[in-house]
Amino acid sequence: MNKAPKAALTLAAAAVSTSLVLSGCSSAAGTTGGGGAAAAPLGQDAITKALNTPTTLTFWTWVPDIDKQVKLFQAKYPKIKVKVENVGQGLEHYQKVRTAVKSGQGAPDVVQIEYQFISSFTLTKSLLDLAPYGADDLEGDYVPWVWNQVKQNGGIYAIPQDTGPLGNLYRTDIMKKAGIATPPATYDEYAAAAQKVKDATGSYISNLPSNDPAQVTGLLWQAGIKPFSYDGNRTVGINANSPEVKKVLAYWQGLIQKGLVSTDGDFTDQWYQGFASGKYAGWLTAAWGPIFLQGTAKGTAGKWSAAPLPQWARGQNASGNWGGSSDAVLASSKNPIAAYELAKWINNDKSSTTKFANEQFLFPAAKNVLEDPAFTGGKSSFFGGQQVNKQFAEISGTVDTKFEWLPFMDYAYSAFNDTVGKAIGDKGDLSAASDAWQTKLVSYAKAQGFTVK
Amino acid sequence: MGTVPSTVARRGRRSTGLSTMKKRQNAAAYLFILPFFVVFISMLLVPLWYSAYLSLFQSQLIGGETFAGLANYVRAFTDLAFVAGLGRMLVFFVIQVPIMLGFALFLALALDSGRARGAKSLRLLYFVPYAVPGVVATLMWGYLYGPDFGPVAQLFRAVGLQAPDFLGEGSILGSMMNIVTWEYVGYNMVILYAALRAIPPELYEAAEIDGAGPTRIAWSIKLPAIRPALLLTVIFSVIGTFQLFNEPSLLDAIAPSAIDDSYTPNYYAYNLAFVNQDVNYAAAIAFALGLVIAVVSYIVQLTTQRRERTNREGSR
Repeated sequence: MNKAPKAALTLAAAAVSTSLVLSGCSSAAGTTGGGGAAAAPLGQDAITKALNTPTTLTFWTWVPDIDKQVKLFQAKYPKIKVKVENVGQGLEHYQKVRTAVKSGQGAPDVVQIEYQFISSFTLTKSLLDLAPYGADDLEGDYVPWVWNQVKQNGGIYAIPQDTGPLGNLYRTDIMKKAGIATPPATYDEYAAAAQKVKDATGSYISNLPSNDPAQVTGLLWQAGIKPFSYDGNRTVGINANSPEVKKVLAYWQGLIQKGLVSTDGDFTDQWYQGFASGKYAGWLTAAWGPIFLQGTAKGTAGKWSAAPLPQWARGQNASGNWGGSSDAVLASSKNPIAAYELAKWINNDKSSTTKFANEQFLFPAAKNVLEDPAFTGGKSSFFGGQQVNKQFAEISGTVDTKFEWLPFMDYAYSAFNDTVGKAIGDKGDLSAASDAWQTKLVSYAKAQGFTVK
Repeated sequence: MGTVPSTVARRGRRSTGLSTMKKRQNAAAYLFILPFFVVFISMLLVPLWYSAYLSLFQSQLIGGETFAGLANYVRAFTDLAFVAGLGRMLVFFVIQVPIMLGFALFLALALDSGRARGAKSLRLLYFVPYAVPGVVATLMWGYLYGPDFGPVAQLFRAVGLQAPDFLGEGSILGSMMNIVTWEYVGYNMVILYAALRAIPPELYEAAEIDGAGPTRIAWSIKLPAIRPALLLTVIFSVIGTFQLFNEPSLLDAIAPSAIDDSYTPNYYAYNLAFVNQDVNYAAAIAFALGLVIAVVSYIVQLTTQRRERTNREGSR
């Protein structure tokens, strides 16, 4: 018996330590290098030389089957070998990139990065400014609003790959049952339609997830609201509870509290079932939504249609963005020229961008696909023969061009989930929740040393 | 149990001192434990020290790192999110652990009584949930709890009743208790059962001769004999409870409104490190949690020991 306490204490100690290993990752001081001052543009000689020198690049990405595009690149530049590594998606991916950057070892040359996280990496000067490498000349190749997403204080920090302009996907059969012939053009009409759909069919006109800040942000984006700003240095602007934000949230709160919009968490089993079973009559979603639905709700093929989002005022034509990503070069890369060429080529050369659009179904950021009749002319049988790509290509042109992010969107989103998201799920007061969100963001920003505008 | 080999070793040492043979044996022994120590030190002790070191600093996204002394710890114990998480785990411990251990004890006694038919396969069956990885178990239960298509909800709806909301803010802790109980009853049962099997059968014979029935034997012989094993399971449960992580982190996806980022202390530390990018404060939270676990474990031990002592004095 005498031994037991000691053994138990050791056990306790061991247990303590496992809880600590978690936090054992490095936080060594800042990174070296960094894009910073604009260097003189590189000569063509230097680029040719770099592309003809045997080089191995590492590319961290979660995009499925991206090997296809990389293969095209390698066929074009046989001296460059690219190692594609998938280190996880979302939070996990960024954690690993940050850890590798901080430790100064094992970081890749090229990384996949979503638009809203670019500034969290320029903040730490981890991304290479691609302008001196020739990225300045690419501006005309991409949709203007996307280009603004990768541009910061004159520097270009990533090459856009895909986007998610928001539209309205809806079930034509359910709408018809409710006596709605054309998709609602304004949010007032949308609310009226929601009531009809509920009364006639029992379905919800759509679902506003309680766990998806990115979708809600996209809807704010559409309304021309700029809740965030960042000057690229140490000043951030946070207006997450402005009257404009509250107006949009109050609209949704009304629909939620009347029981016309459900609030299931998205990308959960429950939510997938909701599409398959007709619980949701529609989805305000991004351009990647149509293909996604095709995989999720196979049984509803042919019953869907795509339209632009409802508008806040009649005659308006605006949209926001939800999702999409880009490829950036880390400042620590030893082969910046080759790395840049990889990031550029796969997202710029038509053979590669077309493949992204047609095989991985990424909604393109590059005009050479967006404006190609072969792409926009495609008819989707899932959408009853509608030219869905064309619809979303048009919507892409209406996305508000100047939306900015905070350099700590992972925290901003997590704080959203604990405040506004929670209130959505609880059918609660979204206005008070947005105040709480604002308070959290401001105190976090101040604690992290930012000046809050 | 381990007394025989140690006396032999002692006698050997006394008679000859350290012979070369002995030395060689010792060297071999060290060689054998070396791989363990290399991994133990590099994967456990070094990261542990490094975390302790990190927890003494404060870092900002702008402004970098500064030495902060114990400021992070002061912040931790005055941080409502952390304290609330601890409180939640205390509630969890007080309710769930007695239920789970009661169940485990009951099953162990039942199996040990030899009255159950097919005891061997039953023993395996009870243990199976423990073999299911916690992540898988939580996903499975998440499905069972589902408000629309979960089998329980469907059953309730089929008979015209309102389906219970397993994933609501008020019920999610109970749902988690259920998952953890399901998972660990078998595990604790095996520990208790093994202890029961180690009781010398002569005691039972003697008790029977004295006219004790099965209940009396269970109460007066079996229970006191397996008290160390029971204590062990309690300590394990203290540790397991306060470190709850899988369940909240996975259920967060399907019950986002009920679980926030500081629902349990461990989940909080994880989110601090990887979402808030505040590794230093996360390290401090982890150490503070460790401290709390050590204190609670110690209290549990003290109380059982004191009870034992008073029992012994009482019987004298």
